[in-house]
Amino acid sequence: MKRYSAFAIAREATRYHQGWERAWASPEPKKRYDAIIIGAGGHGLASAYYLGKNFGITNVAVIEKGWLGGGNTGRNTTIIRSNYLQDPSAAIYEKARSLYETMSQDLNYNVMFSPRGVLMLAQTHHEVRGYQRTAHANALQGVKTEFIGPQKVKEICPIMNIDGPRYPVMGGLWQARGGTARHDAVAWGYARACSDMGMDILQKTEVTGIAQEGGKVTGVQTTRGDIACDKLGIVVAGHSGHVAKMAGFRLPIESVALQALVSEPIKPCMDIVVMANTVHGYMSQSDKGEMVIGGGTDSYNNYTQRGSFHHIEETVRALIETFPIISRLKMLRQWGGIVDVTGDRSPILSKTPLDNCFINCGWGTGGFKAIPGSGWGFAELMAKGYSPLTAEFGLDRFREGRFIDESVAAGVAH
Amino acid sequence: MLILRCPYCGVDADETELAAGGQAHIKRETVGASDEAFEEYLFMRENPKGVHFERWRHANGCGKWFHAARCTETLEVFGTYSAQTTEPPKEIRDKISEKRPGWSWGEFS
Repeated sequence: MKRYSAFAIAREATRYHQGWERAWASPEPKKRYDAIIIGAGGHGLASAYYLGKNFGITNVAVIEKGWLGGGNTGRNTTIIRSNYLQDPSAAIYEKARSLYETMSQDLNYNVMFSPRGVLMLAQTHHEVRGYQRTAHANALQGVKTEFIGPQKVKEICPIMNIDGPRYPVMGGLWQARGGTARHDAVAWGYARACSDMGMDILQKTEVTGIAQEGGKVTGVQTTRGDIACDKLGIVVAGHSGHVAKMAGFRLPIESVALQALVSEPIKPCMDIVVMANTVHGYMSQSDKGEMVIGGGTDSYNNYTQRGSFHHIEETVRALIETFPIISRLKMLRQWGGIVDVTGDRSPILSKTPLDNCFINCGWGTGGFKAIPGSGWGFAELMAKGYSPLTAEFGLDRFREGRFIDESVAAGVAH
Repeated sequence: MLILRCPYCGVDADETELAAGGQAHIKRETVGASDEAFEEYLFMRENPKGVHFERWRHANGCGKWFHAARCTETLEVFGTYSAQTTEPPKEIRDKISEKRPGWSWGEFS
């Protein structure tokens, strides 16, 4: 792999940019791999990458039914933060956030990580108390956040109207080291690094069955033939239930649509990410100048990647009070992604009833921010059978009643 | 927008008039049940890509709970029926079989 650098740009500039390589190869599937990951989204590719980087397992295939990063990785609002209440969540999200800081250098791929700061608004007395509690919890977890008053909020984000009649801003939970990154680049960067290690990324290859023998996984059936493997990782987000059914087990997951929309581009007016959980809306400004807005999930199971219009209406209606500046903006695009939501709104990174088959799912409405941490932990789980990062996120926690209850922090907005 | 006909008051209600109540036909467990049975009752869900049975409430209407048979892939509605039953009625199942031959959902098909 030729490294990307300022020198490389200069070199290519002198020869009409003819020397750029393809970022990743599109090989024919081999008969057998040491490990197969189903799903070439951010989480799947990160898992494969850390299998190779941290554990030297490079005879790996990542199988994707569509195209690379074409699911929720390319559909989210790219927010990165780690201000969670529960210890296991804070640990894995903070690991992810810290890996994002060095990701561009690590992958030699510019993921445009922008630690511009994430502000979660407190617009009711309950939220004030809730976020003060989270700030204290974060202090104990070693996650740098602080609760700030309304005047500081106004200072950080001048376009905000803090005296709204319905939802006045009473303060906010401020994580200065949170921010955004270029979502596609995260998938592309991992894919390029995986391909460089000799891993096969098999796009447009759908898994149609999972082969097993004596309670152990032996391979997968795909639209491009049968492929054998020693270990299997299922990392397919909204379609987890569908693939788990092939493997013969059930999941405590329901898939719903989550929507986002972007406005026409405008001049820079907001250099942080603002989340308003009471009104189910969150907003940031992209480098192109579009206001990127996300809302709440639909309330019913759905695989259509569209979502209900009235949710968009509710989100925008509520945001306009806090951000009067956006009231005349035209919205350019709206889309939906299928998110896999668990009973306690926390992910599942776990062994499964099928030996040597592992599952990484249930990230629900907030998976993008966790991609590197999730990959790091899941790779360790697949390689060694145990990871301190994922230990609490087992599939059996529902039966045993050990929930990681992030409904308050994660159930609404991300 | 999703539109369901309330089987009680007969109104064609759009989704802003309704409240989704999750998966239908869940067997309730009580004292003495095993951990596995409770896990099944409380957390395990069908989550199919295709035919699904759900509970809905006509919240901003007559206020009654009812059941709906719906496709989660196309948003097609196969029909709605009374909540006073533990299984989808035959006419609904026949209607689904017409449109989705070979469907299955939990113990029903």
